Amino acid sequence: MDYKNYIKKLNNEFSAVNQAPVFKNKHEKYVSGYRVPSGCAVFGIINEDGQLFDGRMVIDGIAMMHDRSNGLGGGFAAYGIYPQYKNEYAFHVFYDDSIARKEAEIFLHKAFKILYADEIPTQKVKSISSPPIIARYFLRPKNISIELEGFESKNDLNDEIINRAEEEFVASFVSNFNADPGGSYIISSGKNMGIFKGVGYPEDIGEFYKLDDYSAYIWTSHGRFPTNSTGWWGGAHPFGFLNWSVVHNGEISSYGTNKRFVSGFGYKCSFSTDTEVLAYLFDLLVRKHGISLYLINYILAAPFWDDIEILPEDIKEFLKALRIIYGRALVNGPFSIVVGNNNFMYALNDRIKLRPLVAAKKGPLTFVSSEESAIRKVCTNPDAIWNPKGGEPVMVFIKGKEPAVKSGIKIKKENFIESVSSLNSSFAGALE
Amino acid sequence: MALKLNQSEFEIVRDKGKCISCQVCVRQCSNDVHEYDEDDGTVLSDNSKCVGCHRCETLCPTGSIKIKRRESEFKSNANWTAEHLKNIYKQAETGGVVLTSMGCDKPYPVYWDHILFNASQVTNPSIDPLREPMEIKTFIGRKPDRLELKPVRESGSNIIRFKNNLEPQLELSVPVLFSAMSYGSISLNAVKSLAKAASEFGTFYNTGEGGLHKDLRGYGNNTIVQVASGRFGVDKDYLNSGAAVEIKIGQGAKPGIGGHLPGEKVNYDVSTTRMIPEGSDAISPAPHHDIYSIEDLSQLIYALKEATEYKKPVGVKISAVHNVAPIASGIVRAGADFISIDGFRGGTGAAPQVIRDNVGIPIELALAAVDIRLREEGIRHKVSLIVAGSIRSSADVIKAIALGADAVYIGTAALVALGCHLCQKCYTSKCNWGIATQDPYLTKRLNPEIGTRKLINLLTAWSHEIKEMLGGAGINAIESLRGNREHLRGVGLNEKELSILGIKHAGEAW
Repeated sequence: MDYKNYIKKLNNEFSAVNQAPVFKNKHEKYVSGYRVPSGCAVFGIINEDGQLFDGRMVIDGIAMMHDRSNGLGGGFAAYGIYPQYKNEYAFHVFYDDSIARKEAEIFLHKAFKILYADEIPTQKVKSISSPPIIARYFLRPKNISIELEGFESKNDLNDEIINRAEEEFVASFVSNFNADPGGSYIISSGKNMGIFKGVGYPEDIGEFYKLDDYSAYIWTSHGRFPTNSTGWWGGAHPFGFLNWSVVHNGEISSYGTNKRFVSGFGYKCSFSTDTEVLAYLFDLLVRKHGISLYLINYILAAPFWDDIEILPEDIKEFLKALRIIYGRALVNGPFSIVVGNNNFMYALNDRIKLRPLVAAKKGPLTFVSSEESAIRKVCTNPDAIWNPKGGEPVMVFIKGKEPAVKSGIKIKKENFIESVSSLNSSFAGALE
Repeated sequence: MALKLNQSEFEIVRDKGKCISCQVCVRQCSNDVHEYDEDDGTVLSDNSKCVGCHRCETLCPTGSIKIKRRESEFKSNANWTAEHLKNIYKQAETGGVVLTSMGCDKPYPVYWDHILFNASQVTNPSIDPLREPMEIKTFIGRKPDRLELKPVRESGSNIIRFKNNLEPQLELSVPVLFSAMSYGSISLNAVKSLAKAASEFGTFYNTGEGGLHKDLRGYGNNTIVQVASGRFGVDKDYLNSGAAVEIKIGQGAKPGIGGHLPGEKVNYDVSTTRMIPEGSDAISPAPHHDIYSIEDLSQLIYALKEATEYKKPVGVKISAVHNVAPIASGIVRAGADFISIDGFRGGTGAAPQVIRDNVGIPIELALAAVDIRLREEGIRHKVSLIVAGSIRSSADVIKAIALGADAVYIGTAALVALGCHLCQKCYTSKCNWGIATQDPYLTKRLNPEIGTRKLINLLTAWSHEIKEMLGGAGINAIESLRGNREHLRGVGLNEKELSILGIKHAGEAW
């Protein structure tokens, strides 16, 4: 029951198709190994009851922080927008031109059953110029059934295995697709979610994509201030990979180390942005290594050795092991990030809080933002508003979708809550 | 015998006006350079015996002595240099191998000096280590692919504990260890200084192949015990009294050859420590005679792990040779927890000059090649890399780590801290600084308490400098620099060198 071999086989088929002439990407210069650090604004909203709301609130919020971006990149991620295709992979794809599109669609057709495809509806906005072709597909991986033949018996299969195999396949497909500079980029590849981004101020990008027409239970957004002069549509945030979306303000000093770490697990860094590495880190740690989201901050923004040293023995031993094993996943340098996934929104600062991050709560809504002003703009009277500490995550799950706590480990979990409260309350459920 | 000009290397210039004939120089020089003329009441010097260790110049109370390079020179010839001529004269006379000590001193490229480190400006704040935490703690040992936890019920209770899958690690407060220098090649006082400094500072020293002297058993938690081809002083007790075990295959200064401690140096103490008869030659064969292949190495690694009950990391030290990357890959697969790679500029107590100066490759290139190879094979995290072979400053340390090293070994730098002046005469056992000698008259010159302080000062100073450089680059944990070659740029290197080092040239942005 080795689905990896199957994927390998499929990938070989793709590489055969790869022999076809490749049309050089005119944006190649942006992805030639130069990395573009950026200053930015981030903003995110989640309704923990899973109730849908349109994009107006998130546009108004991010627009409040207009001065934090410079018109060279803006974008949004929205979760819950495609309920009619919620079990299909929704791909948003940028094409430089129709030739690139034709090329790419050969791959898509080969690998997926396309249930529906269109161009994402947009409207003309004065400040937005020369967008790429922006296409959308709802896809179901083909041929997974071939792989299933490798199983001892059909009874070995369950939805979880099939889903994992599909995810692995899609991950590998997207990774290979984007690594090939053929003038097409998959910018969004999750289920029941989508990323809308481009070159422009975020509020203009929001108008461009008519986000008032979409309803989601999680919205994240980003305004970009890149330190090079040319914007590139593919380089805007959010960065998406499977169901993950990441918006990021900061520059990763540990980029080389982190990139090496994820590369070792087969991830290809093709977009030359720090943010891409963050998305892969989340995917690797949470999806592949099965590390609880409750523990992610102890890796990405690991506590200092001195702080670990004063903890009770067993927790100390655990955190030490975590940091030693995942030292290469420590994200160094200034950052504030907002990560979206179907069941949660997660925001985190670097461990000495070198970038701003504010959080607030109002009823079922939780907001995270680079600046308080953006929250106040859309929520004048929050129930609570706070500045998360460096390395202390803001983590909100859709009700009923919290990670389950496995029995047997529960005793330990309670110990953890008690003894670690001095360090960080979010340790609760560390070992689910 | 043909006439020859085997001139002395140095000239002792004595300011007669300042010299008070106190005879300090006479007493300090183990090479008998200085002699007191009772009739004249003056001190005379014999240039031909001087090795250039600067002991007399340093200790002269009136500052009347100056050691200069001798001006008379062979006829200038870029091909037939003075060294070649002198060696031929010597060999024509003796028929022997020309011996030397310390590391290669030939002007091969020093790549550290062609690599520049990065700093943050505007887009990323630099971090001030005096105001913010700055972490350089380092762990040496095999790291698993991922964290796994196994619930273990404590016997007789309901408490469940979690055992993680982390294998034994060495914990270093600074990514610098003292490299292998045996008791025998250096004095007990020198070894004591290293052991005490390592234990006070929170790092490790290495016994070399000289066994573990009974006075040093107390520093076991900071000792790496070495198992070399001679197996001197190795027994179960020895293996278990250190914190880690290192199998020595090779040494940067003399790849492919063994060692020879002459019987004269094997006094009672050395003989009991090495577990050999007093006065007998201690000969380390070139290979381990139970390791003729990689699978043999694997057997020894696991034999040592068995003997230490899998509680200690077991590493392998090799010299940097042309095929170092595949060899290192094999060593990882053979089960080593760390690999020490010694570059061709690494020091030695005694080596044939022809080997020292012509065999092996620079550590910078070896490190880059090994790191990339292991990474490509997806096994880099399964092993820690400790590099050695002329780490001269904290800048070399930080560049080595950015190239992919986990930590560095310092040997020569540590001896210099203890007073060594690099006269390259360790093999004569007449070290005037009390380091590379067993002569009690000389060894008592090195006070281990003072030696300890000097080594700790060196580590302290380097730690500060490493932290400043890290902070400047906007990094506050050393693990975020490891293998982070984005922070390095080459200057004056060709495309091939840049590609082997895996770095861009200065002037290229991200």
